[in-house]
Amino acid sequence: MQFLQLVISGIALGCIYGLIALGFVLIYKATETVSFAQGDLMMLGAFGGMVCMTVLGLPFWLSVLAAMTAMGLMGLLIERALIRPILGQPAFSIVMLTIGVGYLARGLITMLPGIGTDTHVLPVPYKDALLQLGGLIIPVEQLMVMIFTAVLCAALFALFRYTKLGIAMQASSQNQLAAYYMGIPVKRLNGLVWALAALMAAIAGLLLAPITFVHANMGLIGLKAFPAAVVGGFTSLPGAIVGGMIIGVVESLAGFYLPEGFKDIAAYVVVLIMLMVKPNGLFGEQLRKKV
Amino acid sequence: MRFIFKTSYEQDLRLAKHEGHRFWYGLLGLFLLAAPWLLSEYLLAQLTFILIYSVVGLGLMMLAGFTGLFSIGHAAFLGVGAYTQAVLTQMGWPFPLAMAMAGLLSAAVGVVVGLPALRVKGIYLGIATLAFGFIVEEVFARWDSVTGGNTGKTVGAPAMWGWVADSAPSFYFICLVVTVLATLACLNLLRSPTGRAFVAIRDSEISAQSMGIHLAYYKTLSFALSAALAGIGGALYAHQIRFLTPDQFNIIQSIDLLLMVVIGGLGFIHGVFLGAIFLIGLPQAISVVKDFLPEAIGAAPGLKAVVYGAVLIAFVLFEPMGLYGRWLKIRTYLQLFPFYRKGMFKRQKSFQKSDRLK
Repeated sequence: MQFLQLVISGIALGCIYGLIALGFVLIYKATETVSFAQGDLMMLGAFGGMVCMTVLGLPFWLSVLAAMTAMGLMGLLIERALIRPILGQPAFSIVMLTIGVGYLARGLITMLPGIGTDTHVLPVPYKDALLQLGGLIIPVEQLMVMIFTAVLCAALFALFRYTKLGIAMQASSQNQLAAYYMGIPVKRLNGLVWALAALMAAIAGLLLAPITFVHANMGLIGLKAFPAAVVGGFTSLPGAIVGGMIIGVVESLAGFYLPEGFKDIAAYVVVLIMLMVKPNGLFGEQLRKKV
Repeated sequence: MRFIFKTSYEQDLRLAKHEGHRFWYGLLGLFLLAAPWLLSEYLLAQLTFILIYSVVGLGLMMLAGFTGLFSIGHAAFLGVGAYTQAVLTQMGWPFPLAMAMAGLLSAAVGVVVGLPALRVKGIYLGIATLAFGFIVEEVFARWDSVTGGNTGKTVGAPAMWGWVADSAPSFYFICLVVTVLATLACLNLLRSPTGRAFVAIRDSEISAQSMGIHLAYYKTLSFALSAALAGIGGALYAHQIRFLTPDQFNIIQSIDLLLMVVIGGLGFIHGVFLGAIFLIGLPQAISVVKDFLPEAIGAAPGLKAVVYGAVLIAFVLFEPMGLYGRWLKIRTYLQLFPFYRKGMFKRQKSFQKSDRLK
């Protein structure tokens, strides 16, 4: 029973990792750049939601929507102002750029007087509720994480499968140049992908906030989403979620069964093993570069 | 405008290409030698830090700037060097031997990380080194008997065969000697076949391989050399800071190191030193400017992060060659005086280079 309990809380945390990792994977597939700012976007989303709820006094669902919209616009803005001018530069320049964006976001939030330096509780309606299921006790916060992740995955699946937009995104991620020749507005799509990734980060932040707290450094959890993305294969959307869950469960089990200290590094040990054994991840494509 | 007509191979290989080089570097050398008498104790300590970070930066520049492999966990090597030095000097080893061991151990760890790195490239390598950095930091924190864990570990003054460098100037001179030696070693390495192989790998792995460069060997070598320099830098760092805790070697430190080489100018030895000056100088500059800012901005705790982020973004967007690239432009402008054209250093617009098959 305890084992199952651990697995469930692991999956809930893993869903968060998975959602952040989805953002990485979306951006990576579309533009072949890696965003280190994803965790900090998540932090911004959580802060946005919190400010809407506590300062502006909006109801829960409205503030969630507001935070998501704001973060989507933020994603568009980042892509347009910072990423697009340097596309085509070495991948590492863009990595440094996103690290810079992360620093900036964290710094600006910390500078907000009265809000930035404290930790906050996100006043969600389902706070501290518990669900008794047989012998299992499931906090509703964790359940919400899982439900929302499932819904989001279904929505993404539908987007990529059935809409024109999703198919255009797939095409441009497979071959940008060819997609461009076919009349797909690749640049605008890239902007939308960033918006989508930022939006996803905002959702992850709002889901994570009731479990932990809202504070300026909560974005550091984004660094654990990298292992999730790698384990799933950096180019696979379902892989990101599965990878996230694997990392979450391993972490949760390691925290209980292994000596202290292993919990924090379990994700990184898993990713190192993965890179040695199967560098392309569980769902990654096997690619070889040709001249 | 200076034209150098080379009449012998020896002339081509010289480190100082012309009289101007000799004059200016001579002047710089004189200043560095006289620094303890010219600068206040505080400034001397900052200069010592710049030298130490330069040694570490040389290592990272070798890896990132010349071999094209990016490490987001370089602070781990710094930490391995620092703790090795701390433990060995505590056991009574003389300073140079302990420092050599710190470098060697760090290099060995570098090889261990380098081996899986051979299978992965690009961002995967970054994540592998990131993961490694986190694991090493945790090891520092948990291995109480050796590292002192989170309570920290004190380090004494460097001592060798009866001589103890317990004053700031004497330690400064030790750092100066190590930095000069490391710089000369790097410069020499870069004009040797090994260095050329590194640069070839950076520019194109496939073409390097088809020219007969053994990728696995050279990449591992690059990792080992880079880690060794970081370890030596770590040994000096341990003596300068005198008190080691695991969180000095965390991800923030790793990113600071990367920031240093990127802002200094990737692919230039000069960039390392400019970057180190920048990295050490920026917090000082911020604390000076702080007093002139309104209270709400100046006293805010996030100011440093905002400045770092903004500077990093500005450099990547507007000056990807870093501080040294900016200097190159200014120099070319002066040399060519009325004939400098705006587009001379213009970035080539290229199609996105894909790592993918299709």
